[in-house]
Amino acid sequence: MTDHAIFAPRAGLVARGVDWVIRHPRMFTFLMILPIVLWLGIVYIGALIALLMQSFFSIDEFSGVVQHEFTLKTYAELLRPSNFDIIVRTVVMAGSVTLASAVLAFPIAYFAARYAKGKWKALFYIGVMLPLWSSYLVKVYAWKLVLAKEGILNWVFAKLHLTWALDGILSLPVIGGNSLSVSYLGTFIVFVYIWLPYMIIPVQASLERVPGPLLEAASDLGATPRQSFRMVLFPLALPGIVAGSIFTFSLTLGDYIIPQIIGSGRLFIGQAVYTQQGTAGNIPLAAAFTVVPIVLMGFYLWGARKMGAFDAL
Amino acid sequence: MTQAVSFRGVCRHFGIVRAVDGVDLDIADGEFFAMLGPSGSGKTTCLRLIAGFEQPTAGHIEIYGERAEGVPPYRRNVNTVFQNYALFPHMDVRDNVAFGLRVKGVGRAERNRAAEEALELVELAGYGDRRAGALSGGQRQRVALARALVNKPRVLLLDEPLGALDLKLREQMQEELRRLQRALGMTFVFVTHDQEEALSMADRVAVFAHGTIQQVGTPEEIYRRPASRFVADFVGSSNVLPAEFVGAGPAGRWASLRPEDIRLDPAGREARVTARAYHGRVVKLGLELDGQALTALVSPAETLPEPGQTARIGWDPAKVHVMEHGA
Repeated sequence: MTDHAIFAPRAGLVARGVDWVIRHPRMFTFLMILPIVLWLGIVYIGALIALLMQSFFSIDEFSGVVQHEFTLKTYAELLRPSNFDIIVRTVVMAGSVTLASAVLAFPIAYFAARYAKGKWKALFYIGVMLPLWSSYLVKVYAWKLVLAKEGILNWVFAKLHLTWALDGILSLPVIGGNSLSVSYLGTFIVFVYIWLPYMIIPVQASLERVPGPLLEAASDLGATPRQSFRMVLFPLALPGIVAGSIFTFSLTLGDYIIPQIIGSGRLFIGQAVYTQQGTAGNIPLAAAFTVVPIVLMGFYLWGARKMGAFDAL
Repeated sequence: MTQAVSFRGVCRHFGIVRAVDGVDLDIADGEFFAMLGPSGSGKTTCLRLIAGFEQPTAGHIEIYGERAEGVPPYRRNVNTVFQNYALFPHMDVRDNVAFGLRVKGVGRAERNRAAEEALELVELAGYGDRRAGALSGGQRQRVALARALVNKPRVLLLDEPLGALDLKLREQMQEELRRLQRALGMTFVFVTHDQEEALSMADRVAVFAHGTIQQVGTPEEIYRRPASRFVADFVGSSNVLPAEFVGAGPAGRWASLRPEDIRLDPAGREARVTARAYHGRVVKLGLELDGQALTALVSPAETLPEPGQTARIGWDPAKVHVMEHGA
């Protein structure tokens, strides 16, 4: 009987090993997730924990040597006006960029999700993704030229006899400056341009999942288009907006190149980290600065959850 | 008397597709009206024209005497029960039902009370706190009904509302819809492709095909005196025969003879049995009479001929209906 077994055992070490693993599903699962766990656990979380530990050390102000003793001195330093300004500036910028991205992305995503079909849909994806394929640095430098005093934007305003309007905007306190390329407004424009696709795509995905009859039902029950948007479409798109805002908010919080090339020259968190760990050699303070966006994002997600942003998931 | 809904020469063309093509229709106040037809016959588009989701490309629509063209859905006193219910997934049952009142600015306490009443009406009292997603198909159906009824619409539109339910639930809901309609005295317009459903529930039925109405009448009129070959065949799959074949009219006209009106008759004409299928209550016989294929439904109690054998059949000439429209 046995030599006519329907499921004859296979020969060979590899084959037998495979058979053994298949017969032990738990082992199979373990082997599958092992590389991911190692990568996430050691390379990712491990590095993050090492960083976090650095932030609890401090630097000796005279010798510049890192003292490996637990202290909250470095965090206290974050609250010094010059450092705290950096945090406030970055958070306000990240918040504004996120809000502007959401407002700009929604109609684009709505069009793509509801109306674009076939060729138009392909065009939409290319239009949104194409800017992501070219180098970030090239785009930022291109924007510097566009926004410069001798740049094309000034030229267009001059040709349209609207230079007064541009000058008016630039003369506004805080956000204005000598030209767009050296103002907060310029930094803001470039941030929004660079991160916008990261908002459009998740919002479009969430809108795509809203069934059309739901909007018809709202309208049928007497909701004006504005009410339909507020009570049905927006709540159902909120998970997508939150997902997008996680990108735009955290990417702006951590970026150190855009504000360095375009802007008023005042530091953002990313630049502060860059300077502290480089020229200043203050690794603990750099680490403490790095913890700020992580904590902020934690609060942000917690708040979004509290507001029910993930209820419709 | 003012009609609840009236269509005059209504067309709705999508490019070259004539979804609705010249429909005249009157639906009376308080009537249970069914629109019956195969998919793509224009019945759902007609419903959407009443709801306001579509605008006619030609013709006029009046709802209780008021011209409806150009009036958006949210300004019509008409509510719809959607095919797949379209309940709002981010709201609980109570908020779903109260939605129509909320957008009209009714206060929370009052709209919650009204929602509870509407839920009672559909026998879902106490389900207010549940999520729409946590309900069964039949329960969702009732919520969708309550959500529409709470607005006390002049006309309630139902788009294949029972299509997704299993047979038992369907029959139960059919009765319940009928009961509700009678109790509320509301005009119901019901779209279905199920002829049995249309016949058993409606006061009057409109049979649709190719964007036009083939016939409007009471269920009995539609069934007993179909106006065209299409109606005869679609409603109750009749035997559509040349009129002269059944000796009931001039050449060129067509006659309808219902399968259940054919009986085994020792004094009748001789036909060959081509098929036999047992259906429980009845047995379906495929017959061939002088080269003409016929279907008959006979009682299973009789001793029945086998396929290949011959049988003598007959019918009451009064049951033969000669149709108005030849083709």
